[in-house]
Amino acid sequence: MQLLANVLIDGLAYGMVLFIIAVGLSVTLGLMRFVNLAHGAFAMIGGYAAALLTREASWSFWIAVPVAVAGTAALGALIEALVLRHLYRRTELEQVLFTIGLSFFLIALTNALAGPQVQLIVLPPLLAQSVDLGFRTLPAQRLLVIAAGLLVAAAAAWTVTRTRFGIWLRAAVDHPDTAATLGIPIRTVQCASFAAGAALAGLGGVLGAELMPLEPYYALKYLVLVLVVVAVGGMGSLPGSLLAAVSLGIVETASKYLASDWGGLFFFLAMAVLLAWRPNGLLKR
Amino acid sequence: MSHSPRRAAVTLTVSAAITLCLAPFGAAAQSVKIGIVGPFSGPFAHYGTLFKNGAEAYIASQGGKLAGKEVELIYRDTGGPNPGQTKTLVQELIVKDKVDYLGGFVFTPNAFAVAPLIQQSQTPTVIFNAATSAITDKSEFFIRTSYTLWQVTVPMAQWAAKNNIKKVVTAVTDYGPGIDAETAFKSEFAKQGGTVVESIRMPISTTDFAPFVQRIKASGAQAVYTFLPGGPPNLGFVKAYNENGLAKAGVQFLGTAEMDEFDLQKFGDSALGLTTAFHYSAAHDSPANKKFIEALKKKDPNAIANYASVGAWDGMFVIHKMIEATGGQKDGLKAIAAARSLQWESPRGPVRIDPKTRHIVQNVYLRKVEKAGALLVNKEVQNFGPQIDFGLDK
Repeated sequence: MQLLANVLIDGLAYGMVLFIIAVGLSVTLGLMRFVNLAHGAFAMIGGYAAALLTREASWSFWIAVPVAVAGTAALGALIEALVLRHLYRRTELEQVLFTIGLSFFLIALTNALAGPQVQLIVLPPLLAQSVDLGFRTLPAQRLLVIAAGLLVAAAAAWTVTRTRFGIWLRAAVDHPDTAATLGIPIRTVQCASFAAGAALAGLGGVLGAELMPLEPYYALKYLVLVLVVVAVGGMGSLPGSLLAAVSLGIVETASKYLASDWGGLFFFLAMAVLLAWRPNGLLKR
Repeated sequence: MSHSPRRAAVTLTVSAAITLCLAPFGAAAQSVKIGIVGPFSGPFAHYGTLFKNGAEAYIASQGGKLAGKEVELIYRDTGGPNPGQTKTLVQELIVKDKVDYLGGFVFTPNAFAVAPLIQQSQTPTVIFNAATSAITDKSEFFIRTSYTLWQVTVPMAQWAAKNNIKKVVTAVTDYGPGIDAETAFKSEFAKQGGTVVESIRMPISTTDFAPFVQRIKASGAQAVYTFLPGGPPNLGFVKAYNENGLAKAGVQFLGTAEMDEFDLQKFGDSALGLTTAFHYSAAHDSPANKKFIEALKKKDPNAIANYASVGAWDGMFVIHKMIEATGGQKDGLKAIAAARSLQWESPRGPVRIDPKTRHIVQNVYLRKVEKAGALLVNKEVQNFGPQIDFGLDK
């Protein structure tokens, strides 16, 4: 019983980290149809910015994180406006090659500027403590991650389905020419969506740093995990990504409790089974 | 022999030209060439820096020459665990650059890969870091100035048993050195009458350590013996150990290289009181260590004194003595014979080379992490005395 509770709570925390990083990729990949393999690099930049601000500049965590996330969004918008928009109409292979190249460039840059060592984000005392759940203790930081994940899921779903911006986004992706004729500012919508995706990546980089340590190879090291979540959840499906991230997180955690000798096998086995069962994503018809 | 002034001038010019051309080669032939092989780029690049600082600081401390000879260090980058590439690089060093000695090697597979090459070319090779026992078995031209997991783990297991720890969990990263560490601890601890209640092997790609830490807690053990590769996994494990309440529950942390000086400050207060058994601490209180740290800081103010830089420093000492014994001539057999009987005062304490295994015999210390001013240090609280490599002795 306690084992089950442990698996569920650790799995949920792990899944939420995967979700926060993956949801941004799900937006750009699914809604904008742009293959952005530099997504991990944006998560890394957000994390590094937060680490730099809290550690070197001694900012409070609560100020540093929004600033880091906003900075990542601004950088995302800048790169989108200058470079990436020229790639929307190119083939997927060209998009893959360019964004992977961008990742390598950012890895080398990070390595040159900050060195190969791990970067730590200084947590405020509130998050650095442990919380007693009755049956076990859990780092307070994990609770924040779970709460933030749920909040991001709700906010993203609401934005895409209920707001004018969401309608614009879906229209701009499916029928760009018609949308333009109707007076929808397509360029702004694309740029803002990409910036939002980058911001979510940055947030994931910050909140997930305890599980996925910040180092120059971050950008490629965890990309596979994020892609698996997006693929299993179904591109562009936010509830799908959430469900996929949490299920995969629980599978991975359960395998660590029960069968750690098998390494990461069960994570990928679960991926294969889920994709065979629902090739278009868990919640897609 | 010239018959005319013109001819004499030509001869003179030509011979002068030849002399000038040959001059650099002449000088190079005088100097002793040492190839240093390690990762200088990629995720393990810090090892390359540690090697470089340790080796160059040693040469600088000897006035820039070893045994009166000019030395030339030739660095080669392996990137990471990459036996194929390492073999190619070492082949080039031996055949093209004609190195007299080799040093370095962070990863065991890379060291294994070059064993046939150094055997055939009779090139003495000093291992600055790689810590699997079997390496020195692979060629008689290997000498090791680092440590092995058996060497530091056996005294740790003995100490645990003596201090009324009866039940231990081992939690190691699932790869070569981790398995070595697990086997060493288990066999010695059982010999001392203790029980290993559970052996956890953590996949090398693990980033979330909470499940493993919960398992350790649930096992009811009094202590956890762990082995992790440095860097991110290390930090993650110690964080999980503290945040999931193991420290509070009194489950003692027993480790080896986990608290090494390269990462130590990053742990912050969560490292305080963690216990490790290891052969080198930057806080080792001796004139030799003080001299070592001063020489490092002179080379690079940001240089870190840890097991890898001390491995390189002592490695250069061994090469120094081999150059002395051979008069700077290339003679692998004579050099190795001289190295087998070496003993000296290292920054880690008195050490010697075991003539049989060509592995370093050294003191192993029990250390606890403490605060010295604002910095964390590995305070040596007990000296287990000289230890051999128990892995080779089996």
